[in-house]
Amino acid sequence: MTSADLTRRTAAELADLLASGEVSAREVTAAHLERTRAVDDRTHAYLHVDEEGALAAADEVDRKRRAGETLHAAAGVPIAVKDVLVTRGLPTTCGSRILEGWIPPYDATVVRRLKDAGLPILGKTNMDEFAMGSSTEHSAYGPTRNPWDLERIPGGSGGGSSAVVASHQAPWAIGTDTGGSIRQPAAVTGSVGVKPTYGGVSRYGLVALASSLDQAGPCTRTVLDAALLHEIIGGHDPMDSTSIAGPVPPVVEAARRADVSGTRIGIVKELSGEGFQAGVQQRFDESVQHLVDAGAEVVEVSCPSFTYALATYYLILPSEASSNLAKFDAMRYGLRVWPEGIEDPSAEQVMAATRDAGFGDEVKRRIILGTYALSSGYYDAYYGSAQKVRRLIANEFAAAFEQADVLVSPTAPTTAFRFGEKLDDPMAMYLNDIATIPANLAGIPGISVPSGLAPEDGLPTGFQVLAPAMADDRLYAVGAALEARLEAEWGGSLLGRAPDVQSLPLPAAVPATHTTEA
Amino acid sequence: MPRLLRMSELTRADVAHLASLARIDLSEAELDHLSGELAIILESVATVSSAPIEDVEPMSHPLPLVNVSRPDVVTPSLTPEEALAMAPEAEEQRFSVPRILDED
Repeated sequence: MTSADLTRRTAAELADLLASGEVSAREVTAAHLERTRAVDDRTHAYLHVDEEGALAAADEVDRKRRAGETLHAAAGVPIAVKDVLVTRGLPTTCGSRILEGWIPPYDATVVRRLKDAGLPILGKTNMDEFAMGSSTEHSAYGPTRNPWDLERIPGGSGGGSSAVVASHQAPWAIGTDTGGSIRQPAAVTGSVGVKPTYGGVSRYGLVALASSLDQAGPCTRTVLDAALLHEIIGGHDPMDSTSIAGPVPPVVEAARRADVSGTRIGIVKELSGEGFQAGVQQRFDESVQHLVDAGAEVVEVSCPSFTYALATYYLILPSEASSNLAKFDAMRYGLRVWPEGIEDPSAEQVMAATRDAGFGDEVKRRIILGTYALSSGYYDAYYGSAQKVRRLIANEFAAAFEQADVLVSPTAPTTAFRFGEKLDDPMAMYLNDIATIPANLAGIPGISVPSGLAPEDGLPTGFQVLAPAMADDRLYAVGAALEARLEAEWGGSLLGRAPDVQSLPLPAAVPATHTTEA
Repeated sequence: MPRLLRMSELTRADVAHLASLARIDLSEAELDHLSGELAIILESVATVSSAPIEDVEPMSHPLPLVNVSRPDVVTPSLTPEEALAMAPEAEEQRFSVPRILDED
């Protein structure tokens, strides 16, 4: 089997090939590293590639398999990790200058579970700085480019993870989703992304953006692969006090059964129609029809408070972020910049100079917004009101789930936009997450599945499914049912229709990826 | 409840004060740029106060938060060398920092 063939396989297929001994973990890992060498000068999806570490981990899996040791079913299937999860011995920057060159002394629980399952870590993927953004344009190391069109954004903040998966540099990747950072990148790259129930996946070692909203999850090319990865990373962790002490919902079984007969699908009135691109809406409507044809029932639900979700989110998130990012104080790790023109500066002056030099515009914008929202005299009006609207939104979800088993909407209002289009208009950028944010506020799980290409621009569109907390399995049942019907109609996967990244013209000025050569 | 600032009322001086509270030494150009952007964002997010939120219980977290404790048993943790390895400066097994007190 050629290495090109191996990078076209799903993670589930690779797991089977590895288990049967048809290929080695080294072959699979080397094939993906080779692919990265061939295409990542175009996509700039990785901030760091760890050839040496990935191959060593693969060799270890091969050795154990030869020795007859019991291995995890996915052992040897390599993976990419968003650069917001700490990795012992591997650089972790969060897309920020303030952490340039920082090498964490410990592994995030998610990373530990990947390693325990024998998944070689290929590298760390690009992202908007501290996960603040919807395009990767806020990465301090330059944007990632969409494998469908190198002049367009791959979504954000996890655009690196969506792009490595969509460009076959990794069979699967880890992302994090605070307001849509797994689901929106999946939608605009024709891939699958899941935000699990809040508390379903440990946040230990996830550099916090907004602690009450952040959740790590799978970025993959198929619904089944997402379920397999969800099962690896999910479950209780004593190192995270918000981790749910219960079993991982039966996600793999749900993905395999792909059964929606009798499922009540709720269309959220406030999350479709006006403001959604025509082709996005069209593919959404067709997807709903597919689910009806597969035996689902459709109901319409209304959640009027969702119209306040964006405003609520942009108070709660900056408030939490301004507090979380206070730890970047130039004292214990990260950048330290001495202010100019001050003799013997104080620690506070060094901290202020460092944060000015180390943080990008969007991070500064949100920290100052959060500082304002939490300041005495304005707390009740801003942060306090936002917390009350958050309750309304959660209550409306609860009421909607009495009428429907799952709720559906387009994942993002548009297809991938061009670089620079929304960079100078923060409110326009924030609108990308209008359909994904409500789930984070309520803590419920969501998936984005490819729904087709918008007729007007030929770019991928995403279909979002939301479920009640701890009913993550429903996402997989509905997602897999839709995927099966759409792929039957298309005669293959949506990504199978993507252009060959290598044939696309190389755009000017793509920053280089740091590689540790094997 | 205090009156909400209108966009025209968020002055450059207000932003400079917020930046000092947040310990970010913004340049003059950054202050100009941010003041305008923040005013627009603030006007948009201020709509939360017009939602029907009277008598609504605030929600800080998706799950009810409970304190979590574990038995008081020593578990492996970072060695001093590991903890200090990425420090900007270290001295005598400690983080070395700029002066923390005023001179007078």
